[in-house]
Amino acid sequence: MTTNLDKYAQAFVESFDVDPAVLPTCSYRSIAVWDSIGHMGLMANLEEKFGITLETEDIIDFSSFEKGKEILRKYSVEL
Amino acid sequence: MWSFSSYPERVAAVCDSGGEITYGELDSFADTIRDAVPPRRLVFCLCSNTLGSLAGYTAFRSNRMVPLLLSSELNQALLDQLIQRYRPAYLWAPRESQRGYPVRLSQFGYELLETRLMPPPLHDELALLLTTSGSTGSPNLVRLSYDNLEANTASIVEYLGVTDRERPITTLPMEYSYGLSIINSHLEAGATLLLTTNGLMQKEFWTFFKERRATSFGGVPYTYEMLARLRFSGMTLPSLKTMTQAGGKLSADLQRQFAQLAQATGRRFFVMYGQTEATARISYLPPERLLDKCGSIGIAIPGGELSVADADGELVYRGRNVALGYAVSAGDLIKGSENGGVLATGDIGRRDADGYFYISGRKKRFIKIFGNRVNLDEVERLIQGAFPDLGVACAGSDDHMAIFLTGNHEAGEVKRFISEKTGLNPAAFAVTLVPAIPRNDAGKTLYAQLEAVPCGR
Repeated sequence: MTTNLDKYAQAFVESFDVDPAVLPTCSYRSIAVWDSIGHMGLMANLEEKFGITLETEDIIDFSSFEKGKEILRKYSVEL
Repeated sequence: MWSFSSYPERVAAVCDSGGEITYGELDSFADTIRDAVPPRRLVFCLCSNTLGSLAGYTAFRSNRMVPLLLSSELNQALLDQLIQRYRPAYLWAPRESQRGYPVRLSQFGYELLETRLMPPPLHDELALLLTTSGSTGSPNLVRLSYDNLEANTASIVEYLGVTDRERPITTLPMEYSYGLSIINSHLEAGATLLLTTNGLMQKEFWTFFKERRATSFGGVPYTYEMLARLRFSGMTLPSLKTMTQAGGKLSADLQRQFAQLAQATGRRFFVMYGQTEATARISYLPPERLLDKCGSIGIAIPGGELSVADADGELVYRGRNVALGYAVSAGDLIKGSENGGVLATGDIGRRDADGYFYISGRKKRFIKIFGNRVNLDEVERLIQGAFPDLGVACAGSDDHMAIFLTGNHEAGEVKRFISEKTGLNPAAFAVTLVPAIPRNDAGKTLYAQLEAVPCGR
């Protein structure tokens, strides 16, 4: 069964074409593709996967893989 | 040239780590540079939106050294190629960037490295060199004169009404002609630049924006898409008075959206057009005409003249800001003006009855990606060179390049390769696998047929 955590990780893999193993240490600009453009793609992907609309404050606060989990919990996404 | 000495106490720039520099300090750093190195030498500035990068740039220009502005993030192989080709006497680089050259002096987090290469002779009028696009690895440079910079800067200060009370926040790279034009015009007016290496999608950017009460920023079409995505209309930014847009055509929908928002909030929104070959700016749409001339690039900047060529509809610009010409090697740096103040823009357009200009197409095969000009034929050649067994064709529209490939599983590899080579986010490239690249009898690619193929990712 696909868990929310799998879906969450999948959004990163799809957006950034990265090895899932490096995700826990991934943060904004830690990889070249996670720049402002990559960030926009990631946010769109997450919104679509979880059927949510992220607030401005949360989009700009979404600075790492770990931080993002905290943010999604605010939208009642259990991770 | 600048007259920093008439407002030495004014703060020229504040950076997001808290440091600041006055115009007087920029001047004294120029003296330090003058005492350390001979004038009229080529220097590569590895730029970032930081105090060190800014202080180096202004000091070199004050001393009539000739800077080539490059990104501090340019990959080492491309930088080495440029060094070999142009033989700069010095590099101005972020400290501890490990470039392997002896350090001549070090200040503001940057250091001056001495290459000991045989420097090329420089034409007397040559003031500055910029690259033609972000970086497709092309060594082509635009040669700008002192007169080019003076004319374009004065013109921008005039039509934007830049005063010493402005505090523009950086949203564009300093080595990019549009980003640099904002820096130049605000230094000219004695304003205070807000320098940040953070981007729109980062909390730190907005914190700095609000704390330092930014009054303006510029953006390429993609910047405005990001702002729309961030629901910019809901943000409270009382200090913001002016927004400018250039670097490609903003969609009519976004133009209307931002024009209406500007009206409602009492801000000015300028849609502009330009090229590095014209130093930066060519035309602008006065904010009061934004809605009734939606989609127009406006009218020529003060001192310039825009017209449509009878023969093919190409937009032609005349003005003191038209670059001297290009350089492809060190030997070109001794050349004077080859353009004679006339620039064939490569854009096809028309002029309406009121004298407003509109762009309808391009003469050459290039698109703009995130504000950077990318030549489609050049990208084809790059891919073909690295993957000689594949059939390759590139097409697409601004911000969306369509790469067509024959072959089975190299799609991801090609995308990674071209993103790395151009330094552009892979989101800009969509790869579609096709059984064959359609060509006519003469071997020319039939792009129209490819554009009918449904695109993959």
